[in-house]
Amino acid sequence: MTGTFLTRNPSVPIFLACLALFTLAVTMTSEAAGTGALSTSFLKTLGKTLCLCLVALAMDLVWGYTGILSLGHMAFFGIGGYMIGMWLMYARTEDIVTASMANSAIPPTEQEVVDAIGTQIFGVVGSAEFPPIWAFADSLWIQLALVVLVPGLLALVFGWLAFRSRVTGVYLSILTQAMTLALALYLFQNDSGLRGNNGLSGLQNIPGLTAVPQSQLSLWFFWASAVALGAGYLLCAWVVSGKFGSVIRGIRDDEARVRFLGYSVEGYKLFVFTLTAVIAGIAGALYYPQAGIINPAEIAPIASIYLAVWVAIGGRGRLYGAVIGAAFVSLLSTMFTGGQVPSVPLGFYTINWVDWWQVLLGLSFVLVTLFAPKGIGGLFDLISGRRAPDRHGADLGPDKGSFREQEAEQ
Amino acid sequence: MIRYLLAAFAALMLCAGVSAAQESQDGSAQVSPIQALLQEHAALIEKASRRTIEPAIAALRDSGLPEARAVLENWQAKELWQRKEDGLFFFAEEIDRSTYRLIEIDGGAPVGEYAKSDIDQLKPNSGVRGLIAAALVQFQLMDPNPAKRAEALDAIQRDPEPDHLPALLGALETETDPGIRAREERLVRLLTITYGDDEAARVEAINSFAGDLGVDARAALNPLLATRREAVAGDLPTDLNIARELKPGSEELSEAAAYSLLVDNDLAPARISAADRRAALETNIEGGRVGGVPVGQLDTEEARDRAYAALAQAGIVPPTATAADLAAALDAHVFFDRYLEPSTAITDAAEAALARMNLRVGLNQALDLTLDALSLASIYFLAAIGLAITFGVMGVINMAHGEFIMMGAYTGYVVQQIVPNYTVSILVALPLAFAVTFAAGVAMERLVIRWLYNRPLETLLATFGISIALQQLAKNIFGTQARPLTSPGWLDGALVLNDVVSISYIRIAIFVLALLFLGVFLFIMRRTRLGLEVRAVTQNPRMAASMGINPDRINMLTFGLGSGIAGIAGVAIGLYAKVTSELGSDYIVQSFMTVVVGGVGNIWGTLLGATMIGFLQKGIEWLNPSNTLAAQTYMIIFIIIFIQFRPRGIIALKGRAAGD
Repeated sequence: MTGTFLTRNPSVPIFLACLALFTLAVTMTSEAAGTGALSTSFLKTLGKTLCLCLVALAMDLVWGYTGILSLGHMAFFGIGGYMIGMWLMYARTEDIVTASMANSAIPPTEQEVVDAIGTQIFGVVGSAEFPPIWAFADSLWIQLALVVLVPGLLALVFGWLAFRSRVTGVYLSILTQAMTLALALYLFQNDSGLRGNNGLSGLQNIPGLTAVPQSQLSLWFFWASAVALGAGYLLCAWVVSGKFGSVIRGIRDDEARVRFLGYSVEGYKLFVFTLTAVIAGIAGALYYPQAGIINPAEIAPIASIYLAVWVAIGGRGRLYGAVIGAAFVSLLSTMFTGGQVPSVPLGFYTINWVDWWQVLLGLSFVLVTLFAPKGIGGLFDLISGRRAPDRHGADLGPDKGSFREQEAEQ
Repeated sequence: MIRYLLAAFAALMLCAGVSAAQESQDGSAQVSPIQALLQEHAALIEKASRRTIEPAIAALRDSGLPEARAVLENWQAKELWQRKEDGLFFFAEEIDRSTYRLIEIDGGAPVGEYAKSDIDQLKPNSGVRGLIAAALVQFQLMDPNPAKRAEALDAIQRDPEPDHLPALLGALETETDPGIRAREERLVRLLTITYGDDEAARVEAINSFAGDLGVDARAALNPLLATRREAVAGDLPTDLNIARELKPGSEELSEAAAYSLLVDNDLAPARISAADRRAALETNIEGGRVGGVPVGQLDTEEARDRAYAALAQAGIVPPTATAADLAAALDAHVFFDRYLEPSTAITDAAEAALARMNLRVGLNQALDLTLDALSLASIYFLAAIGLAITFGVMGVINMAHGEFIMMGAYTGYVVQQIVPNYTVSILVALPLAFAVTFAAGVAMERLVIRWLYNRPLETLLATFGISIALQQLAKNIFGTQARPLTSPGWLDGALVLNDVVSISYIRIAIFVLALLFLGVFLFIMRRTRLGLEVRAVTQNPRMAASMGINPDRINMLTFGLGSGIAGIAGVAIGLYAKVTSELGSDYIVQSFMTVVVGGVGNIWGTLLGATMIGFLQKGIEWLNPSNTLAAQTYMIIFIIIFIQFRPRGIIALKGRAAGD
């Protein structure tokens, strides 16, 4: 434990430099500020991918470092999106409504404006009333605060309930999955106040910036996502590098021993769980304005499981692994499901990747779990010369989330 | 030829205003009494309409003539014909497209062949046919064939009329069949409630239904309690049968609703709506001002009120009631619901009878709900019992369990494509589904899971990978649309206990299947060598191995067994839900919940867990009937809270078996 933070974590400067280079390259080729070789839609995809990398970082912190396999972090991601989406939708509808009402002979009363916005937004679910959860939708600052507060509070309450009753391992995974399912099912109802399965739409139009073309907006969001990812990486690296990091790694491998050493295991877990939920919420708030639409299907439990898949394929327990996994799998997924990969004719059958990508992903995921627990990140060990300790097949600790022999560092 | 002349003569006489009855009396024309009766009402019958036809039908019905019934039946069936030349009515039979043979109504003697252009077919419209049917009921009630009489009762029940009451009373005197008699008595009581003249008789009829569960009884009683909301100035009127007085501003009657009631009854001037006021203001803008108020300031309600008042004072717009007017008007009137039925005795009796009925209906609904919940519980139990083995006994998380259920359902679908007989195909599908998913389970255990024992989180993710691969594979093979798995005919329909409680046979079958599997599970675990070895291996694999048990083989077989049961559950679930590639994922979370809530490692726990979740879900659905989604949401939240208090489930393993 000597040297500065950066020398102890050589991955941080390398990662930040790569991110900066990548951002620069994208900017140089973007339509708004460069050659235009990169289409705006692909720029958006890249921006969204950066947000997914950020939430994968959070997942790595909670699963790879603390050993809690949470199947609910995409729910926090979605909540972040909903919180910012409410303001985006409200403010934009308000702009449209005031513009259309400005032409009328008599200036509208405040109530009339609000009623008209309500009719516009909730017409699809057969209502015109603003539900109570939209109380602060007119204020950007309050909604921005809610992006952090709502996922944080939900994680705090849920985590407190779960950790204090010592729900661990698989049970906790199933419980978080149940929470996610409950949330998704709740949002699917029309009377949940968030437009049921219609979700919130038109989020790519930023109120007050209607004159700015989408190509420019996308670039701004890309920059914001890159900055958020860089800051998130720094934060996560800082959290896991010090004594705190050692304690949460200890909890991952042998929770009972850490407890007997006098640490408040529940407090540590709760902190990590809540912090990562907040990071996920922020990532969601950056993601959905680029995606343009959010609906409850995005919160469904399967999304959170994919998140775990990304981290596992990238290599859990190393931050850059999570980022690489998320970027690699989600970009590949976009390519395959977008029909950009040519079909393979076998003579008797043509493999159409749109149909077979999920099969390929599922099977390759099984293979990674079985044969390459280090994931893609393990490739870097070839360069750095990191080797697994020879523990004769024993895991690092008795806990369910503990590292396997191959994953550990000598 | 003579007959034609005579008939023509008769028609002439009719035209001259001499009644056909008189004609037959003096014997110069042979017109039967029924024909005479028809001729008497010929004008009505020819231009039959629902409003005017009543006297003609009544005359036929009450004539007592033996042919009256046949005439009504034929008329209703559009088989009554009128000869154009003299206006007489006949039955007819078709000879070819354009020729008909007319038949005398009285006696059935053929009259002769006529071209279609010479005769008119009587085509009563549906309203008239309905009236004819009502009249026919009386004849049918007297029919010697009991089946016909039962049919008539059905007709009355479907569409009761005041006329039916005397007809029924008449029929009751001669009825001998006890079943039909009982139905007639019940119908008489029902009709008395609605159409009886005597108040005491009606009250008696109402009281006789107290505690009855029939939908028909409730349908007869409910209209008696229909109310109308009214308002009068001053005090509550005493001559009306008032249900309850309402206070404006209460939950039942908002002030706005109360005032609009006054407006509707012309008891108060209308209040102008916000939109109309806005329009009125807009049309009266003069030089940037409305009624002296600058347009720019009109963005508050208060300013608009002021501007409108100014306009009203100037007489440009009609005055509107102000808030004070509204309060005064509401004060000056009483609001109440009054029964349309004038008699208090009857409404009181009906309310009392309905209250007792509702109590019994409520009790029966609770029973019905219990049955529903039981069937839901057995579905969850079926879905979870395989997990109870793989997760509960072996501690292996198998996220692909739902996909095994789906595989079983698709196996059933494929078998039905090959074997057309549904009963046989189900009997083939059950063992086949077991075999298919058993094989899949064994393969998965050999290839993936056994490398990951003691790594449950990795198992969870790896089996999840298999789950998405299998799901997509099913989509590629069977497409995204739902495939039907048809149950055999003898499982169609429902066991109906009464009008409230019923349960479909398919749900009973699933319930029986769930019980069967509980038995099979218990038998295997407690009475067979395999069960003994499974228990030994799960408790302590190394000790079991040293006793000569091969833990690898046991694990494989146990996993295969759990997967095979999932396959059979798939067939059962597919019978009542559509088979899609997402069938399994719909159940996976609930299945895990069932096992976790019940307590891992104990089949009775799983049973209790399924029962609790089933009852809970149905209970919540009952509280909020429109919303299954909300029910699931609240149920999951409840389970999360439940696990706070019993982290190891309802039945927790103790001691060494608990594992830690």
